[in-house]
Amino acid sequence: MSGHDKSAYRDLVRDVEDFLYLEADLLDERRYKEWLELLSEDIRYRIPLRKNMKYADSHLDISGDNDMSWMDDDRDTLIKRVKQIMTGIHWAEEPQSRVSHLVTNVRITNPAEALAGGADILVSSRVLVHRNRLEGETDYFIGRRNDIVRRNGDGFLLAGRTVILDQATLLAKNLTIFI
Amino acid sequence: MNRRIPINLDVGGKPEGASAGSFAARDAVATSSGEIDRKIYVSEDIYKQELQQVFKRSWLYIGHESQIPKPGDFVLSRMGDESVILTRDAQGVVHVFLNSCRHRGMKVCRYDEGNARNFVCPYHGWTFKTSGELMLVPGYEEGYKAAPFDKAEWGLVEVAQIAHLRGTVWATWDATAPSFRDYMGDMYFSMDLALQPWNGGDDEIELLGSPQKWVIPSNWKIVAENFAGDMAHAVSHASVDKVGIGANNKDGLTEGRRDDPGELALTTTPQGHGLLYGISPKGQEPRDYAISPPTAAYFLENWRERQKLQGEKGRLTPVVGTVFPNMSFHGQQPRTILVSHPNGPNHTEMWRVYFVDKKAPPEVKAFLRRYYTRYSGPAGMTEQDDMENWNYATASCKGSVAEDYPFNYKAGLNVAGTHPLVPGTVTQHPITSEQNVRSLYQRWAEMMDARSWADLHPTGSDVAAAAVGGGKQ
Repeated sequence: MSGHDKSAYRDLVRDVEDFLYLEADLLDERRYKEWLELLSEDIRYRIPLRKNMKYADSHLDISGDNDMSWMDDDRDTLIKRVKQIMTGIHWAEEPQSRVSHLVTNVRITNPAEALAGGADILVSSRVLVHRNRLEGETDYFIGRRNDIVRRNGDGFLLAGRTVILDQATLLAKNLTIFI
Repeated sequence: MNRRIPINLDVGGKPEGASAGSFAARDAVATSSGEIDRKIYVSEDIYKQELQQVFKRSWLYIGHESQIPKPGDFVLSRMGDESVILTRDAQGVVHVFLNSCRHRGMKVCRYDEGNARNFVCPYHGWTFKTSGELMLVPGYEEGYKAAPFDKAEWGLVEVAQIAHLRGTVWATWDATAPSFRDYMGDMYFSMDLALQPWNGGDDEIELLGSPQKWVIPSNWKIVAENFAGDMAHAVSHASVDKVGIGANNKDGLTEGRRDDPGELALTTTPQGHGLLYGISPKGQEPRDYAISPPTAAYFLENWRERQKLQGEKGRLTPVVGTVFPNMSFHGQQPRTILVSHPNGPNHTEMWRVYFVDKKAPPEVKAFLRRYYTRYSGPAGMTEQDDMENWNYATASCKGSVAEDYPFNYKAGLNVAGTHPLVPGTVTQHPITSEQNVRSLYQRWAEMMDARSWADLHPTGSDVAAAAVGGGKQ
């Protein structure tokens, strides 16, 4: 990477980070309508399962496309999840959880295409999501996100997200929040 | 081949005779008046007693043969509090073993799934064949020269009985337990129906993928009773019904949670099993899965085949049910098995798997994976709200005041009958009857108090009448 490219890469990473931080704030501040507006029409939002596998089979420890997931949503079903929260009678989120998304380790994994102006920027990051609700209920969801961040005019849209959690047996009673 | 340690049921020091354990379950579970003591959901002593009395003696769901198609294939499963291995040995025979080395107890298998020639304990290297035999003890010749032991006696601990139903595998630790067929009673017919391919024939079904496993802060019985036939908890799901994640499509909108199963009927058996049936109107074709045209087409084609094959029986849909003690299922939409494994009185490890016809086209399987995922499991828009309620229902039982007040299971007391198509003791009016749930707890109490299967009624014939009236006191 030339000096010019390095500088362009850093600028692009910074812009992508800013987008991810905005998205996290919209979720944590429960500004769901604005969050949904950041999603592309063709988004796939997936949280695969994890499995305990032998070393030789460790590449199979994330459930694939033809396997089950914790979540496997498109834009329509993400809208339904938001609407369910907004009914005010979604007992698992009533009263609502207090949530913080900490986003870090942001890298662009297709820098050549992204810097050449490609529409889809592949972004790898880590998240630590803290949830607390009612009195003593506290959960941590920690893992990797593989996102597709799509250029959209001056800004970006989220066009794909795969959240790879660091748990095989989910230690939270539910996944009522977006990771 | 395996030496079994005698079961000691004395957990609290009460003289032998009155009850097998320290606690007489019949005193806590008054099914005739529909009142149940809250302590059965939170007491450590009762939990220990039910592991011995209920889980070690019942037939339990283990897994499905499609998970272990080849010799050496294995998956982990659970039986009560224990980890077990479901495996197919080199000769193709299916086994269920306790996942514990006979030397120091280390788990001999810590992979959720895979293929193995042998199970090698990572602690001292004791090595077991996939048929369970102890084949190698490192240093055996030297270390045990003066006093050799018989390796044939020290294989992996194997279940006492194993049974198969449409590819599902069931097992019990109890050699004196009745046959699986008798244990199921009238539920056998219903379970067979629930596990059939959509055309009602003998094609294979398979798992749509890996099990979802998660831990919830609830007692396992609260989960089991919910699926056995709790028809009064629609308010739990009011939010998802309002939003609509149904598989049907009316005027471009998805509705409710699932397609209309028709006329409803609850049914239960004296063995403590219960389920809800849907009975579709004569001659009316379903519009199920209309939101996914390939799925709707596949479903309708197979539904028509089923009508030809089964006649009147083809109108029956097993909607949701529980096989005593802890195996729950949805028969059609979604089509899934949930086992609520006890992790102590206050926690349950949920294992949920989803089924599909093996021959279904890939686009049908892909649609169903996504539909089922938004319905059930920890992110399921239906199941989430259940788990919230189960959580705090269980927690209430620890309250110093609340514990003095029993739960009310009085809905539909003294109302039960029969139905020409539906096997078992049937309730339709009121459909909110808690008859199925009372039946589950009555069986639970009988097993908790019985010293052996000889004290129970394997086929349950003479408790059937009592179940109708609400049970013995």
